[in-house]
Amino acid sequence: METITNLVYLVAAIFFILGLKLLSSPKTARRGNQLAMIGMLLAIVMTLFDKQIINFTYIIIGLIVGAAIGLYSAKVVKMTQMPQMVALFNGFGGGASALVALSEYSRMTGAPRLDTFIALILGLFVGTVTFFGSLVAYAKLQGIMRGAPIVYKMQQALNALLLLAIIVLGVLAVLNPLHAWWFLLIIVMLSTLLGVLSVIPIGGADMPVIISLLNSYSGIAAAFTGFALQNSVLIISGALVGASGIILSDIMCKAMNRSLLNVLFGAVGSEEGSGGPAGTEQKRVTRFTAEDGAVILERAQSVIFVPGYGLAVAQAQHVLAEFAQILIDRGKKVRFAIHPVAGRMPGHMNVLLAEANVPYDLLFEMDNINDDFRNTDVAMVIGANDVTNPVARTKKDSPLYGMPILNVDQAGTVMIIKRSLSPGFAGEDNPLFYEDKTMMLFGDAKKMLTELVRVMKE
Amino acid sequence: MGVSLVTSLTIFMLAIFVGFEVITKVPPLLHTPLMSGANAISGITLVGSLISAGAGMTVISTVLGTVAVAFATINVVGGFLVTDRMLEMFKQEKGKKK
Repeated sequence: METITNLVYLVAAIFFILGLKLLSSPKTARRGNQLAMIGMLLAIVMTLFDKQIINFTYIIIGLIVGAAIGLYSAKVVKMTQMPQMVALFNGFGGGASALVALSEYSRMTGAPRLDTFIALILGLFVGTVTFFGSLVAYAKLQGIMRGAPIVYKMQQALNALLLLAIIVLGVLAVLNPLHAWWFLLIIVMLSTLLGVLSVIPIGGADMPVIISLLNSYSGIAAAFTGFALQNSVLIISGALVGASGIILSDIMCKAMNRSLLNVLFGAVGSEEGSGGPAGTEQKRVTRFTAEDGAVILERAQSVIFVPGYGLAVAQAQHVLAEFAQILIDRGKKVRFAIHPVAGRMPGHMNVLLAEANVPYDLLFEMDNINDDFRNTDVAMVIGANDVTNPVARTKKDSPLYGMPILNVDQAGTVMIIKRSLSPGFAGEDNPLFYEDKTMMLFGDAKKMLTELVRVMKE
Repeated sequence: MGVSLVTSLTIFMLAIFVGFEVITKVPPLLHTPLMSGANAISGITLVGSLISAGAGMTVISTVLGTVAVAFATINVVGGFLVTDRMLEMFKQEKGKKK
């Protein structure tokens, strides 16, 4: 029986790997996800035959409650809220790993094997950090908590001290495997604290990194639990997810030209919204109307849209799609340039535009479109700022320096829809606003685009 | 179950390499579904929690196990469904369908 179980687990693991592999193209991605679902179902059904299980009442209760909550949340969540939803799901996965670790300890009769006991403690630690860290990330993204980083003196020292205390308690628990309850419970408390404290100093534009990282943690927690239970499917799946989260965190960090350590401890953007333009000298900005914009767009052959998170905040993605369609219908070449950090999680902007029925062949990642701006008549920036700021190329003392940006400034005309001249998260004024070829269309993204649609239709 | 630590570590390391190979091929276009999908896969802890909840060893282990089953199921069901919902929206340009 055990052999059959392990073989089915192997099949499940293969389904997970194939599922992730099919995610490499939007044509096969949906099938990939369904394959992973089947793998999961196989693993679950097989486990239910395990001879250790003698009572199904609580299993059924847990499954029904969890499935109902999962089903409901997945149905009602808005695409703009996807980052916090993923953070929350993620947290529950980590929390489950921690609970399994504790439950396993309570089931132990006699002294546990050293290696499985260490894995159990690590699973408990990482799982708890994931759960509470994800809850904080959720609260920040959902607006329950202020999004800006919370920083205080000795923050890193305190976190290091907590980590050290957890290690010491872990060693004590390993040395007293039969009487480790208190050690384990204090580890849970300190891990809770560490999970909360390590996420609160991260905010704003850095959220995509922390979500990816928490994703990775939940995988690692599952893998540790797998070590403790000597269950290969848990180890394999945990490793896959751990790798995925690390890769995504790395991509996000590179897109901001920052190291992971800098994101975790740097707390950039703590003065969110407070700083005005750095230089106080008065620079001239010309204010244009939707009519002015429409005249230029009528004449343009090619247009690249550069959407940023401001677009999603203004709920303007559907109007943008309508507007883009009008331009396409008039024979213009329309494309969308997506910066890796446009949105609140990796790839978020693509999902928002897909929801608005923008075909994915029109969505281009930065490296594939950046050389085309110079041959483009109009670049239209909507709700984005830092990712277009040319300062990133030149000004060495700027927080943006070295960050890869979209070469919007190379287009024939740059149109920027923005509420005001305020700088982005990095607090750096954008010289693009003051250039001669730039047309500033001040206003709410949704209103301005609606206006443009109206004018173009006339 | 007599899997040794070395065997477990071997499986773990190989899976990490497979993960890196497979996941670096996912285009940025699909990074959000990748995350939520991978997320759902990490809900595999459900397998461990089912045994904790059903083995009926102690009250504590059953209670912890049951809550773990519920948590992991939220992760699995929610994660897969939300991923499916997103992937359903990705469409090609009209007329370009093969």
